[in-house]
Amino acid sequence: MDFFIQLLVGGLSVGFLYGLSAMGFVMIFKSSSVLNFAHGELIAIGAYFFLAFVTWAKIPILLSFLLALAGCFLLGILIERIFLRPLIGEPLIFVVMLTVGLAAMFKGLILFIWGGNLFTYPDFLPKALGIDWKIIRIPPVYGATLIIGTLFLILFGLFFKFSSQGIYMRSVADNQRAALSLGVHVKRVFALSWAIAALVAGMSGMVLGIINGVNVHDLSGIGLKVFPVVILGGLDSIGGAIIGGIIIGLLETFTGGYISPSLRDVVPYIVLVLILLLKPYGLFGLKEIERV
Amino acid sequence: MHPCGNFRERYQQELSVFTTDFGRIWTGIGILLLITLVPLSASPYMLYIFNMIGITAIAVIGLNILIGFTGQISLGHGAFFGVGAYAGAIFSTALHLPMLLCIPAAGLTTALVGMIFGIPSGRLKGLYLTIATLAGQFIIEYVLIHWESLTKGTMGITLPPASLLGLSLRGDLGFYYLIFISLAGMVWIAVNLIRTRYGRAFIAIRDNDRAAEGMGIPIFRYKLLSFGISSFYAGFAGALWAFYMGSITAEPFNLGLSVEYIAMVIIGGLGSISGSIFGAVFITLLNEALRFMTGLLMNSDLFSTSELNIAPLREFVFGLAIVLFILLEPRGLAELWRIIRSNFRLWPFSY
Amino acid sequence: MDRILLQLNNISVVYSDVIQVLKGVSLSVEKNRIVSLLGSNGAGKTTTLKAVSGLLKPENGKVTDGTILYQGSEIQNQSPETITRHGIIQVLEGRQPFKYLTIEENLRVGTATRWGKPYRQDLERVYHYFPALWERRRGLAGYCSGGELQMLVMGRALMAHPELLLLDEPSLGLAPLVVKEIFRIIRQINEEEGTTIVLVEQNARMALQIAHYGYVMENGKIVMEGSADDLCENPDIREFYLGMSAAGNLKSYTEVKSYRRRKRWL
Repeated sequence: MDFFIQLLVGGLSVGFLYGLSAMGFVMIFKSSSVLNFAHGELIAIGAYFFLAFVTWAKIPILLSFLLALAGCFLLGILIERIFLRPLIGEPLIFVVMLTVGLAAMFKGLILFIWGGNLFTYPDFLPKALGIDWKIIRIPPVYGATLIIGTLFLILFGLFFKFSSQGIYMRSVADNQRAALSLGVHVKRVFALSWAIAALVAGMSGMVLGIINGVNVHDLSGIGLKVFPVVILGGLDSIGGAIIGGIIIGLLETFTGGYISPSLRDVVPYIVLVLILLLKPYGLFGLKEIERV
Repeated sequence: MHPCGNFRERYQQELSVFTTDFGRIWTGIGILLLITLVPLSASPYMLYIFNMIGITAIAVIGLNILIGFTGQISLGHGAFFGVGAYAGAIFSTALHLPMLLCIPAAGLTTALVGMIFGIPSGRLKGLYLTIATLAGQFIIEYVLIHWESLTKGTMGITLPPASLLGLSLRGDLGFYYLIFISLAGMVWIAVNLIRTRYGRAFIAIRDNDRAAEGMGIPIFRYKLLSFGISSFYAGFAGALWAFYMGSITAEPFNLGLSVEYIAMVIIGGLGSISGSIFGAVFITLLNEALRFMTGLLMNSDLFSTSELNIAPLREFVFGLAIVLFILLEPRGLAELWRIIRSNFRLWPFSY
Repeated sequence: MDRILLQLNNISVVYSDVIQVLKGVSLSVEKNRIVSLLGSNGAGKTTTLKAVSGLLKPENGKVTDGTILYQGSEIQNQSPETITRHGIIQVLEGRQPFKYLTIEENLRVGTATRWGKPYRQDLERVYHYFPALWERRRGLAGYCSGGELQMLVMGRALMAHPELLLLDEPSLGLAPLVVKEIFRIIRQINEEEGTTIVLVEQNARMALQIAHYGYVMENGKIVMEGSADDLCENPDIREFYLGMSAAGNLKSYTEVKSYRRRKRWL
């Protein structure tokens, strides 16, 4: 029973992280229906920004965190401006392949600057964030993750539901032509959604870095985990991404714990194929409202 | 000469592969040179590169049939290549089939596997299908490593020395002929496939699958067929590769390989058979050049202290090449080639 | 000439560099008027509107010749973002709501050109014109009926405080009673807000009832113009657009066709 609870807690925490990482991915897909293969690299870049600020520049933790977020935000804008804007209106495969190329470029750059070694952040989290009952033990990192993640989720929920800019972003995702006719700055919306996505990705990268250490191969690998997560949750649902993440996380830890550790990494994809066959738009994806 | 304008009067003309005798003659001369001159003058290393290009080109043509002609983006082509390699190796070691049988049999096996992983295309479109093939990639990778009774797991399989009709194929030269005859055959099949009703059905599905269905094309069957054909090419190339290499492990058949194949299709030119070959040539040469460069830089004194930091440049340049091609010439090398050719043809009076 | 808000001088529009749709269209729209553009399918009415609102651009179209003057300055080939900020809003053909947004969110998108300014009052104003929207303001637009959607998209445009409202086929696919209601509101908006309206319509009878002035387009050209009353009296218009021949019954199609072909040379 202890083992079961351990797995449950582990799975929930890992899954929440997956969901958090997937949020940025969903955001880009929602606004511009681009499948971002460079997402893992964006996650990694966030972690390395934080690393650079904390260990090289020796800036206080909180400030570094904010600076790294700002850096990711700017990077997102730059990516959209330089690489994606010229491709508006081109077939999707080009856009998707462009993100593949970007992924290789970013990975090369990170490897060039930092190499493939494992880095760790200095320990800074207060112990009080963790929970240590007899059976359930949650290290402080996960406590922090839960708080940050929930905060971001609520913030983005409010942003998309109530702020004008959030509503403009949703309108572009919904009907680009109509949005254009009302004077919505569609290009600005694209830039903003890339910026926010990079920011969220970077944030999850930092959290992952705190938990597992910073290594470009591990972090960019998370970018591929995102696919089963978002398919499960529906490609266009941010809340669904979190739930999808938790389901995949639980699935992984339980297969790893009870069946075989080697099956752990492939189970999400098997589930993915099954879901695609049975429920093509995911568990929480929008059902198409089709009218003629 | 090309006339300026479209003066075709019959469907046969419209369907012709070579529009002019000029093109026909030069293609013939090119093939002749490839068969005679190259093997005589090239060093083993050059032959190795030629062979790699040939094998890659076969796989890329297959992928181009799927992506460029049928419009189904697949991220599992590298895994299919691997399935072909393993199938060839297993047929050869476990069933002791001769190589001449092993390679097509491996192609057929892969076609079957490809069709199984193409089943989601019945319900999924566009990016959802791409993600499904991505899942296929990981599942196949997993099976290749963990089905130990068949694939010998991480140990890999060592193949018996290759022989053809009793003659042993020794070294790069023997394989050079085998690979190029195969490539020529595969190109011939692909070019002609596109001209048949099947090819036209593929193109119709690519351009608008709803309309194609309305015209009475059973799209699911044709999509599966396209997956099958494309996987056959991948499997064929994979088996060739397995025999050429002599021993295989599951390691090279990862997502990176799939991505590399798509990159070749795009850099070469979507929906162009000759483009597939260009793409294979370009990426293979780029890889070799970068490997050469990194080797050179590592050996020089300049970077001896930070040798680890040079290798990532390969990854970076690879990504940059894809990005630049998409931004600057999305129709790929095939289009560039067409522009150059037409400039030459009409020089100095190009219009 | 102060009264003229929008003037098109001999404009030509080409799509994808090959398909010429407008072949020298000139028209002018006075302030606070409703001007209606009539014509059959493919005459170029919608393209004319898009040329004004800048929405040609994403469709690969371009104004190749002529000028579009809005309040005296040239606006042809500018991006939609710029043009909408001048106060020109187009209501697209076929309504195009944001299906996954609620009615109220849909209306809020209309504030895009005035981002950051308060919008509560504008919402009240739209609900005043379209009380039906108030009842459904929390529902998804995707589940609304055609009439409600037409009100929604017009209300959405009103949120932007347009000087010039371009309406593309508001009556498309609606029941006659609903059409009547919609046209009544269009007239009301014009009178109460002073909004200048360019109305593209197939339903010539309704359009001429509320319009002050009208243009008739055919094959990418303006073939006829006049005040709404004059046009109603014109025998050709009565014949082809209002469906009333001099004898009071419809002529046969063949006659119509030959007549029309002759008229093209005008």
